[in-house]
Amino acid sequence: MNIQSFYTSFVPLYAVLVSLIAAPLIILSSKKRNLREFWTIAASLIKFGLVVSLVPNALLNKIAELSIVEISPGIELALKADPFGVFFALVASGLWIFTSFYSIGYVRGLKDHKQTRYFFYFAICLSSTIGVAFAANLLTFVVFYEILTIATYPLVIHKEDEKSIKAGRKYLAYTLTAGSLLIAATAVTYQITNNLDFKAGGIFENIVLSPNMAWILFLLFLGGVGVKASIMPLHSWLPTAMAAPTPVSALLHAVAVVKSGVFGVVRVVCFVFGPKLMYELGLNNILIVFAGFTIIVASLMALKQDNLKRRLAYSTISHLSYIVLGAGLLSSAAILGAIMHIAFHAVMKITLFFCAGAIYVNLHKENISELNGVGKVMPWTMGAFAVGSIGLTGIPPVNGFVSKWYIGLGALQANNLIALIILIISGLLNAAYFFPIVHRAFFRTGEGLEGKKEASPFVVVPLVITAILAVLLGICPDFLFDFYHLALRVVTNVFGGISL
Amino acid sequence: MISSNSAALTPLILLFMAVSIPIVALKKKQIAFFMVMIATSISVIISFYNIFRVLKVGTIHYHFGGWIPPIGIEYVLDPLSSFMCLVINVIALLVLIHSKKIVEMESKIKSVPYYALVLLMLCGFNGIILAGDLFNLYVFLEICSLSMYGLISVGEKQAPVAAFRYLIIGAVGSSFYLLGVGFLYITTGSLNMVDVRSIIPHLYNEPTIIVAISLMVIGFGIKMAVFPFHGWLPDAYTYAPTTSSALIAPTGTKIGAYAMLRILFFVFGVNYVSKTLHITDILAWLSAIGIIYGSIMAISQKEMKRMLAYSSVSQIGYIGLGIGLCNPMGLIGAVLHVMNHAIMKACLFLVAGNYRVKLGHSNIFKLSDNIRKKKPWTTAAFTVGALSMVGIPPTVGFFSKWYLVLGTIKNSSWVFLAVLLISSLLNAIYFFRVLEKVYLKPIRSTNLEELNMPENNKKDEVSSSALIPVLILAIALIVLGLLNTIIVKGIIEKMIPAGM
Repeated sequence: MNIQSFYTSFVPLYAVLVSLIAAPLIILSSKKRNLREFWTIAASLIKFGLVVSLVPNALLNKIAELSIVEISPGIELALKADPFGVFFALVASGLWIFTSFYSIGYVRGLKDHKQTRYFFYFAICLSSTIGVAFAANLLTFVVFYEILTIATYPLVIHKEDEKSIKAGRKYLAYTLTAGSLLIAATAVTYQITNNLDFKAGGIFENIVLSPNMAWILFLLFLGGVGVKASIMPLHSWLPTAMAAPTPVSALLHAVAVVKSGVFGVVRVVCFVFGPKLMYELGLNNILIVFAGFTIIVASLMALKQDNLKRRLAYSTISHLSYIVLGAGLLSSAAILGAIMHIAFHAVMKITLFFCAGAIYVNLHKENISELNGVGKVMPWTMGAFAVGSIGLTGIPPVNGFVSKWYIGLGALQANNLIALIILIISGLLNAAYFFPIVHRAFFRTGEGLEGKKEASPFVVVPLVITAILAVLLGICPDFLFDFYHLALRVVTNVFGGISL
Repeated sequence: MISSNSAALTPLILLFMAVSIPIVALKKKQIAFFMVMIATSISVIISFYNIFRVLKVGTIHYHFGGWIPPIGIEYVLDPLSSFMCLVINVIALLVLIHSKKIVEMESKIKSVPYYALVLLMLCGFNGIILAGDLFNLYVFLEICSLSMYGLISVGEKQAPVAAFRYLIIGAVGSSFYLLGVGFLYITTGSLNMVDVRSIIPHLYNEPTIIVAISLMVIGFGIKMAVFPFHGWLPDAYTYAPTTSSALIAPTGTKIGAYAMLRILFFVFGVNYVSKTLHITDILAWLSAIGIIYGSIMAISQKEMKRMLAYSSVSQIGYIGLGIGLCNPMGLIGAVLHVMNHAIMKACLFLVAGNYRVKLGHSNIFKLSDNIRKKKPWTTAAFTVGALSMVGIPPTVGFFSKWYLVLGTIKNSSWVFLAVLLISSLLNAIYFFRVLEKVYLKPIRSTNLEELNMPENNKKDEVSSSALIPVLILAIALIVLGLLNTIIVKGIIEKMIPAGM
């Protein structure tokens, strides 16, 4: 079962193209709101369906692949639905469905401007995210990664006030710089290996790489993917980008964009350098140090934020580094945990962002200090918020526990006690910055809440579902989508069949 | 008859039409435009025909009047010259279609002599590219330069001064080249490029050869506007009429680049210029400085055309750098960028022209989202062009950057690598500045004059003759980006000179 077999299939391409085709349709129907939203919903459902259809084969290590066009002599623009790609695509496309419904409720609730542009770029973002997931080689990865950077920009500046425009500039400055580094890293890799195809276990296998070169190359890669993965000190665009509308923060700044970054980190660690080379050269230490630092410092910074979305942003930064830490530990369990955390953190964090958005749409409150008693008028929302908080802290039965457990196990496998301690401290800090919010909402009495009710069902239903999903995935990680087995498949491929 | 003489046809047809326009269109001005269309269309068709013939039968040597070189005049159609001809003629055709309404609108211009000059300039361009001997190249260089001075001088109030400045500097450049040819002729006794190429290895140690090559490189450096010989360019491009700047900016400096490439690699020989004299190193360093200098100057401009002009200084640096790297990837990048930059710059200058027609200016700080609402398509084309300049995939700009980056890494020239990457970020700064203006609503009411204008969101696109070329160029940026390998493998790889 550990032998990969390949077959040509157009499904990955269709999965990328669905939302790209929907994009012009969205523009064409800009006058008819319902039709316009229909395209978004239809595209998200079809996209998810296509990705789900790839799961069974991916579990069997039968990998769908497709070369589209040669974009540089010897390098194809090629897609490959390997288990890891399918895993990430599943997360992104699945949560897009919820975000689509939620967005409709959100932008209509706020009577927002330029809604067509908003849905248009959302569709493009999703196309490029799936492209990132299915990219078969580094250059294809770069292509989609850069498109994602640009397509996110109009969403960051959506409000068009001074704050969001500044956020947009900062976002571009960080991500375009990162893109440049990634291009450089890709080009250097190509010069060394003459081959850019991702390969479980690394593409530098039979190549003698001088340690200096390897370090420089790895740092270039880390600079490239580290910005979107918001590893400190490359993180500061993310809290600023919270100026974007909440659904954007929810899907892009908790799922698609930042997860493309950590997805890239894992790709680089497991599929470009390979765990063996990483370990021999000690490159993983750099990941552990930066990730450990980020986990703690971001949590501390989250503590002092009063703006709810900013607190969530710092929490995201900290949790992204869980994944980076897991990748850096290089043990099978840690990588398994890291991969699962990509999905599980996404489900929990999107719930929390949805809650923040629901509060904003309904009560126009953005700050935590104003949330007294909100739980009584918006019980469903704040209930979901509590579930997400418990999960991110790492308490069973919510799914955050599962991924954290494996990362912790991996830390033990790697004999890295410090990493384990960091995880434990971080759990406490998570509790410290999340639970007071829940406490405020439910156990304090607030003012000016008379006559307010729960937000519109468009907004509430998605967040309740994602909260329930978080619990179900905590009890049974394989629930519906085989996240556990997909992640396990990735790990066995990378380590050549080592069991846990 | 036509097929055997096709190599010589383009300059002759263009020359013939240029001379006959003032006579035929004496009474009826409108005929001039149609004659230009006929002439450029025919030259495009012949260029296509030539390039396919070259791909089929290889390099074609055409001897005028059957006189065998070195006594007779020779035209050479090899992959490089046929490709350059095609690029220049296609760009010219599109820009001239756009000129239909514009030339009449820009009041001072008398369209008949204007079009005659345009064709004369194109004749010069084609002649330079096809010329197989050094002196003919000089003759055509003068033809096109003199026409360019004329085309620039009919623009705004300051245009005659800019043109005069260009005339002085350009004449110095031509004289340098002519002196170089003189020295070369004294030493080798021949003017035919192929002939000189075979004689010159025996004379590599002659000081006169070194003097000749220095003079020629400086001469073409001026024509090409390589830093620090770029002084004439910003004023000339800014004050020239729309059609002139859109015609000269994409093509004029490329001719200099072509001549530089031809002389360095095909007359003096790769090893001589790179290993013995290190002229290519000097060119690469000057270009690198130019890349950064041009970008920084572009950032500080208020006027869009002037910004684009400085951006040209920077982009010419890309081409110079690619030539200076003196390896296959660098050369591929340089030649591909000749095409890419021609398309991008034509597109962007035409958009600037469209804005000018509407607003009477193209001052970046006075632009507002009104213009985008009125001209959504023109602005969309600008966006594509801008993204390509920044080097965002899948536009062509990304791929020329990619090949150049591969070239720098091949040479281990890390400084140049950094220059390329920094430059694309600087490009992002000055292009996103414009995009912010045209896509976002004004933040503060600094622009009273704009705000007091009656809010009129009705679309008011330019006429189709002005829009279609812009859109074709914008679409070409994406399509050619995805299909760049066809061009690179099909033709550019065949240009790589012996010994590289």
